[in-house]
Amino acid sequence: MIFSSMKRNGIILAAFAAVATALLIAVQWATADRIAAQQRNEVMRTLNELVPRSTYSNDLYRDCTLVTNPDALGIDSAQPVYRARDNNNHVALVVRTTAPDGYSGAIHLLVAIAPSGTILGSRVLQHRETPGLGDKIELRKSDWILSFTNQRVNGENDPRWAVRRDGGAFDQFTGATITPRAVINAIQRTALWAQANSNALFTAPANCDAATQGVGNE
Amino acid sequence: MSNVNEYKTLTANGLWENNPALVQLLGLCPLLAVTGTVTNGLGLGIATLLVLMGSNITVSLVRDWVPNEIRIPVFVIVIATFVTLIELLMNAFTYGLYTALGIFIPLIVTNCAIIGRAEAYASKNPWHKAGFDGFVMGLGFALVLVLLGGLREIIGQGTLFDGADLLLGPWAASLRMELIQFDYPLLVAILPPGAFIGLGLIIAVKNGIDLQRKRRAAKQPIAKAQRARVTSQ
Repeated sequence: MIFSSMKRNGIILAAFAAVATALLIAVQWATADRIAAQQRNEVMRTLNELVPRSTYSNDLYRDCTLVTNPDALGIDSAQPVYRARDNNNHVALVVRTTAPDGYSGAIHLLVAIAPSGTILGSRVLQHRETPGLGDKIELRKSDWILSFTNQRVNGENDPRWAVRRDGGAFDQFTGATITPRAVINAIQRTALWAQANSNALFTAPANCDAATQGVGNE
Repeated sequence: MSNVNEYKTLTANGLWENNPALVQLLGLCPLLAVTGTVTNGLGLGIATLLVLMGSNITVSLVRDWVPNEIRIPVFVIVIATFVTLIELLMNAFTYGLYTALGIFIPLIVTNCAIIGRAEAYASKNPWHKAGFDGFVMGLGFALVLVLLGGLREIIGQGTLFDGADLLLGPWAASLRMELIQFDYPLLVAILPPGAFIGLGLIIAVKNGIDLQRKRRAAKQPIAKAQRARVTSQ
């Protein structure tokens, strides 16, 4: 008696699980392309804000190489570097980098650097800084991040690369100095590294596959 | 009891008398976590409403085939399926909002209001009533999310509808209102304590209104005999 009810319940439960799984597989299959396209668009949108579409001619999203360099990029895992080229001219490197020393954990950034060392721009991709104070690093909240555009780093000890309170050229925020300090250091480190390794980065093989390219993914 | 009356009772229960967020105090984890802005509240509110309606209708439709002993695991499968569906669809069609709410969408699974309605109402009633119950309960929950999101956004950020374009498309960017300019926004409103304090205040106001209504009703003489309660919660 008890076995027959166990059997019956088991079959019913299995049937529900099977139907649910089938439904989910179908929807996942139907939305997969669209989700990939959305992620790609998101990355492209940010890339094109930093490197204007008219200045390069290659497929920027695909021309991407993975680099592991915890000292320069602030994170242990491999990071994508996008290479913008106009025919055979090097236009810009767009590096995904990390400020590991934010006020509440790591701040993930995208930094575009011309081969000459000029910074074309930078954007914050992901952070957990305090709302209303540290989150002014987001372009939605403040245009502070634009102050890096067309700046250059002259060596590791360039005194301009600090917040004003420390004698540098960049504003701190009222009530939040740790966050801008972390971002300034990360951009400086990344720019120096990209400038020094520009040729090697441009000639490295394109080896980012779609799975590792989601900008928002950690 | 007539049909219309029953729908009225369901509506009153979902929106006020038995509001999932203010009376049942269910689903507080997503409620407190996302209500930093109106947009986030509305986004999670709509997602919860869809899950609640979908799970209520499904549970009601299959209720004759589900033996009592395994009803809870079946409800869990149904709810988890709907949440995953919503998550996939949001990822595909409202990507901006998905990146804003992403980690909170799976939290809808932990919203006890959903399994609570499946167990207490949907498993005992026909599908159209269960669907309506899911709709008004979801609406009641969503309204509290929007209200709390609005309060916290105004006090903490001085704006309303910030980021609405993520949810409603580019046209909604013009909905954004700058109400107050702060040099120092009231941080506590945006941070988690603000959610608890805000929800506490909303509950207090609701209880105050209820108390006053009861007092007023007590003053008036009882006109008709009290009706016996037919439906259970």
